[in-house]
Amino acid sequence: MITFLQNCFAGLALGSTYALVALGFVVIYKSTGVINFAQGGLLALGAYLGYTFAENLAMAFALAVVLCCASAALVGAGFERLVLRRMVGQPPFAVIMITIGLLFVLEPLITAIWGFRNKQVPNPWNIRTVEVGGLVFGVRDLWTIGLTAAVVLAFFLFFRYSSLGLAMRATAFDPEAALAQGISARKVYAVSWAIAAALAALAGITMAAGPGGLSPSIGFIALAAFPAMILGGLDSPAGAVLGGLIIGLAEALTRGYQQHLAGWAGDNVSVIVPYLLMIVILLIRPYGLLGTKEVRRL
Amino acid sequence: MAKAHRNLVRGYAEQLRLFGTPWTRFGLLAMLLVFLVLPTVVQDDFWLSVLIYVGITAVGAIGLNLLTGYCGQISLGHAFFIGAGAYVTARVGGDLGLPLPLWLLAAAAVGAALGGLIGPFTLRLRGHYLAIVTLGLIFIGEHLWRNLTGLTGGNSGTSVTAGATIGPVDFGALTIAGESYSRNQGYFWLVWGLVGIVALLAKNLVRTRPGRALQAIRDRDQAAEVIGVRAGRYKIGAFMISSAIAAMAGALFGSYQQFVSPDEWNLLLSIQYIAIVIVGGLGTIFGSVLGAIFVGALPALIDRYSDAIPGVRTSVGGEGFISVFALNQAIFGLLIVLFLVLEPLGLAGIWLRVKNYFKAWPFSY
Repeated sequence: MITFLQNCFAGLALGSTYALVALGFVVIYKSTGVINFAQGGLLALGAYLGYTFAENLAMAFALAVVLCCASAALVGAGFERLVLRRMVGQPPFAVIMITIGLLFVLEPLITAIWGFRNKQVPNPWNIRTVEVGGLVFGVRDLWTIGLTAAVVLAFFLFFRYSSLGLAMRATAFDPEAALAQGISARKVYAVSWAIAAALAALAGITMAAGPGGLSPSIGFIALAAFPAMILGGLDSPAGAVLGGLIIGLAEALTRGYQQHLAGWAGDNVSVIVPYLLMIVILLIRPYGLLGTKEVRRL
Repeated sequence: MAKAHRNLVRGYAEQLRLFGTPWTRFGLLAMLLVFLVLPTVVQDDFWLSVLIYVGITAVGAIGLNLLTGYCGQISLGHAFFIGAGAYVTARVGGDLGLPLPLWLLAAAAVGAALGGLIGPFTLRLRGHYLAIVTLGLIFIGEHLWRNLTGLTGGNSGTSVTAGATIGPVDFGALTIAGESYSRNQGYFWLVWGLVGIVALLAKNLVRTRPGRALQAIRDRDQAAEVIGVRAGRYKIGAFMISSAIAAMAGALFGSYQQFVSPDEWNLLLSIQYIAIVIVGGLGTIFGSVLGAIFVGALPALIDRYSDAIPGVRTSVGGEGFISVFALNQAIFGLLIVLFLVLEPLGLAGIWLRVKNYFKAWPFSY
């Protein structure tokens, strides 16, 4: 029982990282109809910027987090301004490929600047743990979960009550009608890219501050966040969070039990569990758990 | 009555002719001549091997272009089918010792069957969802390749001993009229001959009724269904043909390289193929070959001349800030972005514009 709960906790911590990344995907998809494959690159960029701020410039960790999110947001908005804006109205294939192209430019750039070697990001929690009734919680993991919960809450409040959030929802619902009402679609698109990049950077820095440290492969986690987003439904922020947690739990539980229960499946099955889960769900519910069903009128 | 101008098209049938104008017939003859003569002129093993890899890539790219360029289905999983073809060849061609036509067909059959498995997804999912499912295919495939050790040799890879023999002709050690040719020369003729055959088949496929159905689905699948195109059936068919051709490319790749390992069938390979299709021109067979020549040769050339390119690191601890691998990746990325933003029709589009300019000569403007 203890091991099970422990595994669940690990899954929640992992799942909240997925949720942050998936939320970033959903923000962009909802307002611009683009799936941003470059999210992993932005995540890695944020993590490395955070490392530079915290280690090389010796800033307080909290300040480094804020700064790296802000600078990643600038880069995200820059992408939108320079490249994606030219692609409005192009088929989804072209736009997806553009974001993949951006990812493939961003990744070598990061390794060219920061190198391949593993880095340790200084963080205020180090490897401290708290023990509650036989369960060991890493303080860092608790912070990750808490931070995610706070960000998700802020996110929903922003969308519900702020005028910019309302503008974003309006643009997502019907861009032309929103334009006719005087909403600047350009501003909305830029802001959604900025928000998504900031979310990715936050996920990146919380991951990098963990025991694994920071290495160029950190952006890989964004690929695993795709199933989370698809599972929840492309256009549902709540779905992104739910999907992230489900995928995180499934992955952690597989890692914990697969060797005993299904050793025949080979090593590292937990890595492909998100995709297997996604495929099974898609066969039953093609638009995810909470996604909007596409209506096809004939 | 005056004879019609050579460029004038007077009917639909003439529009659809494969080799309509004298110029295309002349171009075709020139290409055939280059194909026959090139290996005897260029005997350098490096350049021949680059050309062979380019040819293999062209085969795979034609497959992807049928799926993506003509049918509009996004697939990030092309590398999975290429890998499958290579492993089938290792087992069927190597262990069972079957001749070339049989292992090539076996690879194609397995590729088609695997592509058919994706069928249910193509029916239910569109656009973005499909892209991510096929992305999952890469990772699931990599897991399979690493763990099905009996088939693939696991992490350490497997050797492919499949011979390149058709009846009495052995392309691995070719002898024509007393003259013997090297393995690279033989493979050049084999691979580029197959490029020609596959290109011709693909070209004919897209001219026919099913080909036009594919393009109708690409342009608007609901409208296609309304006018009586069975969209679902054609989507699955496109996936099967595309993955069968991909598996054939993988089979050639394995047979030429004689060794394959799971590290080769990764996302980068899929992206390379997508870059080729985009750079060459979506929805043109000729473009796939052009793109394969342009993009497919890049990694080998960068690797060969990495000393001469400033800032490139040739060894792990060496000077320079960017590795050969990273440079390749960055170039693929840049090519995709630049072509999609600036020249969505690709190299084939540029070619078409040049051609049209001269077609109306001297009244071109």
